[in-house]
Amino acid sequence: MTDRQEIFAKVAEQIAPFNKKGIALAEGTTFAGDLEWDSLTVMDFVAAIEDEFDIIITMNMQAEIETVGQLVDAVEKLRG
Amino acid sequence: MGDLFSKFDPLIAERQALLDTGVRDPFAIVMDEVKSPTLAVIKGKETILLGTYNYMGMTFDPDVVAAGKRALDEFGSGTTGSRVLNGTYQGHKACEDALRDYYDMDHAIVFSTGYQANLGMISTIAGKGDYVILDADSHASIYDGCFLGDAEIVRFRHNSVEDLDKRLGRLPAEPHKLVVLEGVYSMLGDIAPLPEMVAVAKKHGAMVLVDEAHGMGFFGPNGRGVYEEQGVEKDVDFVVGTFSKSVGTVGGFCVSNHPKFEVLRLVCRPYVFTASLPPSVVATAATSIRKLMHAGEKRAHLWKNSRRLHAGLRELGFTLGTETAQSAIISVLLPDQEITVRMWQALLELGLYVNMARPPATPAGMFLLRCSLCAEHTDEQVGDILGMFEAAGRAVGCIG
Ligand SMILES: Cc1ncc(COP(=O)(O)O)c(C=O)c1O
Repeated sequence: MTDRQEIFAKVAEQIAPFNKKGIALAEGTTFAGDLEWDSLTVMDFVAAIEDEFDIIITMNMQAEIETVGQLVDAVEKLRG
Repeated sequence: MGDLFSKFDPLIAERQALLDTGVRDPFAIVMDEVKSPTLAVIKGKETILLGTYNYMGMTFDPDVVAAGKRALDEFGSGTTGSRVLNGTYQGHKACEDALRDYYDMDHAIVFSTGYQANLGMISTIAGKGDYVILDADSHASIYDGCFLGDAEIVRFRHNSVEDLDKRLGRLPAEPHKLVVLEGVYSMLGDIAPLPEMVAVAKKHGAMVLVDEAHGMGFFGPNGRGVYEEQGVEKDVDFVVGTFSKSVGTVGGFCVSNHPKFEVLRLVCRPYVFTASLPPSVVATAATSIRKLMHAGEKRAHLWKNSRRLHAGLRELGFTLGTETAQSAIISVLLPDQEITVRMWQALLELGLYVNMARPPATPAGMFLLRCSLCAEHTDEQVGDILGMFEAAGRAVGCIG
């Protein structure tokens, strides 16, 4: 697995408990549209991702992230 | 042509569905007469007010009202100008003097509302490259202050010292940081563990701003707020407050000992680019603030009322936002929107006004009836309030 694939797998693992409808995950899956997450779910999920990767995703960055792929990119960058 | 308003369609439909069930609109109450801080007439019915944040009951204080009338006569109805141009009168200075005395701080700056005070302070002192770290349950004005500015925004879990510590620990060391806290959180009426939170903020080199909107007047030996009661005055850099609650008028402020504080008058846009408060308002505020310095008896009565209402509602079987009465806000938690509105309406018909609160204003999607007590509620009124909660709760079926 490449670094990116590894991150994708870990992100998918964190999405699972919040993925109530069992939506299949792809790069383009959106959090608000496809997964239908409200702001409270987003907050819990972001905290889980931050803990998993030991990073901070600021609210400014969160506003730019709509899809799973974009989140994976952001995590890859933040982990440095 | 596209209609920019189409994004509101779901909300309009949800509201209409609620109103179609025959309930009164909880967000469209009109007070036809206001008789005292605790009594109004709504649709011809005399109604006890239990949702006004008029904690110290200063709105009808004779000295306060007289000061306002005098200022109206002597200085006119408005300033028609910004604080930095023609809008600073002797009364605005007197009001800032009263705040400096009340808080025993070197600097005080008065804004036109508390909302603008948070907007102005946060957006101005935290700039590009800085970090603002805020509680997830922060008031809208704190969030909006973050969005107005250029800083990086980080949230931590409500009142979690551990989460705040963890988040601050992950941030780069060099950038300047501002931690924003509230003394009392106004949805559930819970207070912050300020000594622990402030210690964590200082450990990571952050400055601390505390919003004491719901703490001024009755927390701490001098009524300065939760930060005074909990003994962290030395480590709080900025205190934000409002005149729209305990002070009993309208306006906002920030007090601080920061040596460069006065520069804000030049660079803070929500201070500069809006008209100043009318002379009558700053006169009532200054008079009220000075009277609040010596309001020991009122404070004691407010706490007594709050504890009695909390204990009484609990005994009736209601679920409340806090284990004990931590502030003068007592929140009743209800299961869904329909029961909440029916309960709210049943209380109103009995002659009691409380605030209804619903998502997104509430944390964790809660539906609440929020009660805020006043030092002017009599013992008899508190008894009546409990009686009305009992009758309404039984009628709606939310208590046994
Ligand atoms: C915590 C908090 N901060 C600020 C404000 C804003 O105060 P104002 O009503 O003066 O705009 C409020 C009240 O609405 C509040 O609850």
